[in-house]
Amino acid sequence: MYLKHALRAATALTFVATAAAHAQSITIATVNNGDMIRMQGYTDKFTEATGIDVEWVTLEENVLRQRVTTDITTKGGTFDIMTIGMYETPIWGANGWLVPLDGLSEEYDVGDILPAMAGGLSHDGTLFAAPFYGESSMIMYRTDLMEMAGMEMPDAPTWQFIKEAAAAMTDRDAEINGICLRGKAGWGEGGAFITAMSNSFGARWFDEEWKPQFDQPEWADTLNFYVEMMNESGPAGYATNGFNENLSLFQQGKCGMWIDATVAASFVTNPDDSTVADHVGFALAPDTGLGKRSNWLWAWALAIPAGTQQEDAAKQFIEWATSKDYIELVAESEGWANVPPGARTSLYENPEYQKVPFAKMTLDSILSADPNSPTVKPVPYVGIQFAAIPEFAGIATQVSQEFSAVYAGQQSVDEALAKAQAFTAEEMEAAGY
Amino acid sequence: MARAVTSRRKSLNTALAWAVGLLIFFPILWTILTSFKTEAQAIASPPLFLNFDWTLENYAIVQERSDYMRFLWNSVIIAGGSTILGVIIAVPAAWAMAFVPSKRTKDILLWMLSTKMLPAVGVLYPIYLLFIRLGLLDTRGGLVVVLMLINLPIIVWMLYTYFREIPGEILEAARMDGATLKEEILYVLTPMAVPGIASTVLLNFILAWNEAFWTLNLTAVDAAPLTAFIASYSSPEGLFFAKLSAASTMAIAPILILGWFSQKQLVRGLTFGAVK
Amino acid sequence: MATQHSRSVARLMMAPAVVLLLGWMLVPLTMTLYFSFKKYLPLRGGDLGWVGFDNYVRFVSSSSFWPAVQATLVIVGGVLVITVVLGILLAMLLDQPMWGQGVVRILVIAPFFVMPTVSALVWKNMFMDPVNGLLAHLWRFFGAEPISWLSEASMTSIIMIVSWQWLPFATLILLTAIQSLDSEQLEAAEMDGAPVLKRFYHIVLPHLSRAITIVILIQTIFLLSIFAEIFVTTGGAFGTRTLTYLIFQRVLESQNVGLGSAGGVYAIILANIVAIFLMRIVGKNLDA
Repeated sequence: MYLKHALRAATALTFVATAAAHAQSITIATVNNGDMIRMQGYTDKFTEATGIDVEWVTLEENVLRQRVTTDITTKGGTFDIMTIGMYETPIWGANGWLVPLDGLSEEYDVGDILPAMAGGLSHDGTLFAAPFYGESSMIMYRTDLMEMAGMEMPDAPTWQFIKEAAAAMTDRDAEINGICLRGKAGWGEGGAFITAMSNSFGARWFDEEWKPQFDQPEWADTLNFYVEMMNESGPAGYATNGFNENLSLFQQGKCGMWIDATVAASFVTNPDDSTVADHVGFALAPDTGLGKRSNWLWAWALAIPAGTQQEDAAKQFIEWATSKDYIELVAESEGWANVPPGARTSLYENPEYQKVPFAKMTLDSILSADPNSPTVKPVPYVGIQFAAIPEFAGIATQVSQEFSAVYAGQQSVDEALAKAQAFTAEEMEAAGY
Repeated sequence: MARAVTSRRKSLNTALAWAVGLLIFFPILWTILTSFKTEAQAIASPPLFLNFDWTLENYAIVQERSDYMRFLWNSVIIAGGSTILGVIIAVPAAWAMAFVPSKRTKDILLWMLSTKMLPAVGVLYPIYLLFIRLGLLDTRGGLVVVLMLINLPIIVWMLYTYFREIPGEILEAARMDGATLKEEILYVLTPMAVPGIASTVLLNFILAWNEAFWTLNLTAVDAAPLTAFIASYSSPEGLFFAKLSAASTMAIAPILILGWFSQKQLVRGLTFGAVK
Repeated sequence: MATQHSRSVARLMMAPAVVLLLGWMLVPLTMTLYFSFKKYLPLRGGDLGWVGFDNYVRFVSSSSFWPAVQATLVIVGGVLVITVVLGILLAMLLDQPMWGQGVVRILVIAPFFVMPTVSALVWKNMFMDPVNGLLAHLWRFFGAEPISWLSEASMTSIIMIVSWQWLPFATLILLTAIQSLDSEQLEAAEMDGAPVLKRFYHIVLPHLSRAITIVILIQTIFLLSIFAEIFVTTGGAFGTRTLTYLIFQRVLESQNVGLGSAGGVYAIILANIVAIFLMRIVGKNLDA
């Protein structure tokens, strides 16, 4: 008892001390992506303007997810703003864990947020998180290697073309792999890629009765195509490659093509980091002619957990960080290519931004993604590379682990699909579907 | 003749031991070297060993991104606090076990060790809820207590094995001279136990410093130690080997230096009375 | 007379440590047990009522359970074998006269100071990366195809990383034990012309038995709960999902606290089986 009181007293003292030192201070949990880190550098401007201090907790994506989920479900109240994605926002919003982002100021112009993004970050028409940047996925390819292979990339290629082009570009002696794709286990890594890809092959996660569909031929087609192409033209050890690994490979000139997040475009075309900056072209993610392409839709967004003591300050920060002014601030000092993309319509109407080589393809990719109708056959869920139900993250991570074991040559496609089917059925039944 | 053989054997031993030692140390050495390269040099093929342009820019970038000193200070307080608190609680217990052993002493000791087997992930929710209730989230005090409890069994056990090596006759002689229990502990026992306590402190400081589950999950800003510092570097975008190396070097350097300077004590500390 | 008094004093002195640890054990344990009988899904509104032994049945009947137990035992066993065997060899080497013994000893214990997260990151990215990793360069230098360590040889890789971290600990304990070995006895045996292996088997090994037991006991306690090494490297893929990691996935990734808690109870049971088994041996050895 005594110990408890002593600790409480000590805590209270520290609290008083910090409270006295700073008039107002908010704590933000965020992911360690380049755009977020850049934002931290500009925080001083926000503090100057408002007098509100900002404390950052920057974590790697997996750790961040674990940390904020624990805190929100237990109502821990550690953070005043959390960086979350399109998957979490509608689920948390429905649970009443997030502060609705209404009553935003006039100049913030909430109507300017791209409808696809606003839609994915809302529940029942209420916006619960403001997109800091949004992304779809598209093809990034080496124009020089494509030319050398004697081929030409159409704006909207098919998977068959990609496979042929990959084989033609591959030069093992020069350490050039025709294609680099995610294979890493995890629902937000390889899981997201293969799910988006499967949509273009006519596959789906669940039918209208929430029955898992891994026993259907479309999934086998997707996986067989992927494995065959990657074994033929992919880099060694692709089963452990995620976004970051592939980005490194591409920047080092070791990939002919890379299908991944549209935000990567600014990294691969930045001459400071990329050895191939001058030879990058863009195209829409491939399809198979069934009417759906294999691009996804995602946004990293800022949300306020319900119950925070700093709701007003937090709202002020979100308005600042996701505003048009912030985009201009970054553009002024870092150039238009480096502003956070994919969140606002006005950015794509800006003639300065239209000069950026990947601007149009990014917008086209985002516009062609429809989370409400992601698949060829009808589905009961919302989301393209995920299904927005609470059970999905856990299930998809395990399913993608089975897939990664296929990529590593440890089991066959059929074995993995059988396991995925059994496991998903088990979990869905447990969850009461 | 004999001397020549010994000398040759000694040379052989030396060569072999150094080779093995360097091999084991190599990953750390490589990390430190890489932290002074540019990102491009860090992935150069073939790898560059010493012939690169040494640069400090990675350290500058890491420091700009996160306030290293704050994390370091939290690590020192948490690891130090939990160790000191643990020793204060453990010394009397270990003393009692060593000098007034009962039939159940060994059982108690082994039971204490078994509490360490509780898987931390399994009790994250209970502990997190408890911390919220007690207002201990993101406080150094809360972490000090948790890490103390985690390491207490090891501290008790180590101290017990040291105390047991102190001959009982000395204590009896002191008692004959009419020393009170307090004097016995203060003037007879403590001086003899200081080396043992020192090595216990060292080992537990290292264990607490490296603890990465609770320190990450129960902190945010105010109490975040170096384990949280490193969690923001595990997969940044693009080329990152050099920055990762710099952050890693910064995270392990303090404890590495401490360990090197006190390795004699530490070697003693790791014996667990196994020598006898 | 004095004994009675000192016994009660002794009890008093042990009280704080015992009470604290009892609390540290009982409070989470009780809460874990409580959750394990509930359907507790934080993302679906939290406490959804009592479900009896459902979670226990579900956890064990899941296709991931036995592979996870197996993975746990393989990792613990593998690391123990490697660290003990290499530890003995290394300790014997370091016990020989040589130049710069102090420095070599420092080099050997250094990995012990490295945080598990850091060591996993460094190994994964700078050594085991199949394209830019140092091991890949080494393989290519010898004209071999680089290995994708973390996918093709996932278990081996994790055992390697963890062994590297724990080898210093084993070496140091064994070294201290060897140093206390009566060198005259060894020399006498050498004079008698006993072959090296025989000397090792009959003199060195029995002398080390107690130290080996301690290494096994302490390491097992820590190895049963390794987490960071798997989280950072494979994320539980490629057959490296241990029981601890499976519980993590249930609690945090699937957000099923009830199911995860039931898993936690199983993990405690497994740990205690291992512990009882170990303590039987240790208990005997500690008396000697």
